[in-house]
Amino acid sequence: MSHDLLDKFFLPRFENDILGELGDQARLNIDGARLAFSTDSFVVDPIFFPGGNIGDLAVNGTVNDLAVGGAVPLYLSAGFIIEEGFPMEDLHRILLSMEQTMHRAGVMVVTGDTKVVNKGSADKIFINTTGIGRLPEEVDLSPAHIRPGDKVLLSGSIGDHGIAILSGREGFALENPVQTDSAPLHGLVQTLLEGAPGQIRVMRDPTRGGVATSLNEFAQAANKAIRIDGKTLPVQPAVESACEILGLDPLYVANEGKLLAIVAPESADAVLALMRGHEYGKEAAIIGEVLDEETARVSLRTGLGAETIIDMLPGEQLPRIC
Amino acid sequence: MKYLSEFRDPVIARKILDRLHRVTTREWVIMEVCGGQTHSIIKHGIDQVIPAGIRLVHGPGCPVCVTPLEMIDQALAIAARPEVIFCSFGDMLRVPGSRKDLFTVKSEGGDVRIVYSPLEAVKIARANPEREVVFFAVGFETTAPANAMAVYQAKREGLTNFSLLVSHVTVPGALRALLTSPSNQVQAYLSAGHVNTVMGYHEYEPIAEEYQVPIVVTGFEPVDILEGILEAVTMLEQGEYGVRNRYARSVRRDGNTRSQEIIHRVFDLTDRKWRGMGTIPQSGYVLRPEYRAYDASVKFAVGEITARESDRCISGLVLQGLKRPNQCPAFGTECSPETPLGATMVSSEGACAAYYRYQRFTEREPYA
Repeated sequence: MSHDLLDKFFLPRFENDILGELGDQARLNIDGARLAFSTDSFVVDPIFFPGGNIGDLAVNGTVNDLAVGGAVPLYLSAGFIIEEGFPMEDLHRILLSMEQTMHRAGVMVVTGDTKVVNKGSADKIFINTTGIGRLPEEVDLSPAHIRPGDKVLLSGSIGDHGIAILSGREGFALENPVQTDSAPLHGLVQTLLEGAPGQIRVMRDPTRGGVATSLNEFAQAANKAIRIDGKTLPVQPAVESACEILGLDPLYVANEGKLLAIVAPESADAVLALMRGHEYGKEAAIIGEVLDEETARVSLRTGLGAETIIDMLPGEQLPRIC
Repeated sequence: MKYLSEFRDPVIARKILDRLHRVTTREWVIMEVCGGQTHSIIKHGIDQVIPAGIRLVHGPGCPVCVTPLEMIDQALAIAARPEVIFCSFGDMLRVPGSRKDLFTVKSEGGDVRIVYSPLEAVKIARANPEREVVFFAVGFETTAPANAMAVYQAKREGLTNFSLLVSHVTVPGALRALLTSPSNQVQAYLSAGHVNTVMGYHEYEPIAEEYQVPIVVTGFEPVDILEGILEAVTMLEQGEYGVRNRYARSVRRDGNTRSQEIIHRVFDLTDRKWRGMGTIPQSGYVLRPEYRAYDASVKFAVGEITARESDRCISGLVLQGLKRPNQCPAFGTECSPETPLGATMVSSEGACAAYYRYQRFTEREPYA
């Protein structure tokens, strides 16, 4: 649906070469300086959920959009749209966690804006963040570099954030609430880029739409088939059972602190070791590979040895009835 | 959770598969009744690894799929009313009615909310005494106890702004209808383990006797389903019939009697129309007379709304196991999850959606 909107309405109007790359960040060259530039709006509901809130999400989200392109995030802007009557203590809590996350990520908010709108014109609070990062000279990540035989690496368990959000919603209480995995990923990214220079083809943080959607985006951009192995997918037991109850597939559930990387086959083990040595990659795994097929398709080898398709979803996953 | 992983264990699954290949000497047609089982079969590729002679046909056990079109239209009419807060399980929102779906009503200003339990809708009614709160009570016997409880509680509290739009269906009536159909090809049934957890399986014993078919109470994980298939094939090969329970960790013969009590306190059995299958005698629930004030179709006088099905959609044949989704000329072209012609393409448990999502390009592979 949003892909349709993009293709039909936005791209034809804003058309240019930089936008046309459609990466998580725009890559700019200003007087010889290579910069990455990215923006994201945060409208999550509920605004507080197990392990985090809209504030840390707004910082990590933009930091990660810059990071997965190989950039070192430097400066952020922050825009707030606040509904009239929003409790000050909630605002304070959100700003506190933004502050902490900024420190953790080593970025600064250097410009901002606040608007208060009439009750009902916004839902509690919306935050937009935009970030600028420095793109090191030698870094060139793109799905165009994907080759048959490349390995697919994932930095940890899938679906944690989406399930944390669901369990934060009214009327849906899990016995052991899953915490969001929201985390800044540029430290992990820099570790990989420095430890295995030239070996990483492309990276992404699989947020909305989950790992399945990011893999499909890789497959389409590279026109390659990708196959993942169901037995190797890291899923927390609590996430697996919550998904089971709700009829969701964890492959499509959002993450906010996971890194998906396509890596040259000869370096896959080394990159895996680098991931596992980092605090945000302890449960990293090699989950699949790029096939020698010029078809944009993602498939999954099931535990029974059968092969199924991992498709793009037409909309959000909807919880089922029984 | 070991409980789950154990029933997805490929080593155990492989052992059952080996036995299945040893006992199967000829072709058999088996129906899994429940959409959850269909989803699991297609998702894990069970149909690709069982002996080629065993044909799995997909049954009518997808509540979203069998909800008649006019019921969706009634829901849309109620949801569009300004005084109404319309609450539904998520997967009903994308089901197309004659002209639109609940998502469209929502985007046009209708107050449509996804809830995870009917009791949540009761809570919303309590908090909004000036609004009418309607819950779309769709589903099999599995969702009936909670829906019954919601009405029971609302009545006890004296809430007058809560009602149910009831489209409940029950399995035994549908099983009989399938078995008596002259075009029936199914030789054994995998019964829906969740339904049996609530209702038990004693109701199925006379059916198995009368029609001399094996009915195997079956779970939803790959190992469960393979065990169900193995039991059914073993019975067929030996010429046996009757009801067997292969989901004993969840199902007892008498089921959950407390859940049954609340169902019977609030609902009566009635004839119900099933989408694609027509009206089946004694195959659904209706609110008992003393709960009529909680019946949304009466309260909002939408009972007269009727609708006509798309003539390009073969979901009726799919739901009866007479056709497979990929035998439909519209499959994957005119009809896809983004532009569904029928409900079987909408729900994640609908056979068409499961085929589209997991196996649209997959050729059947021989067992290795």
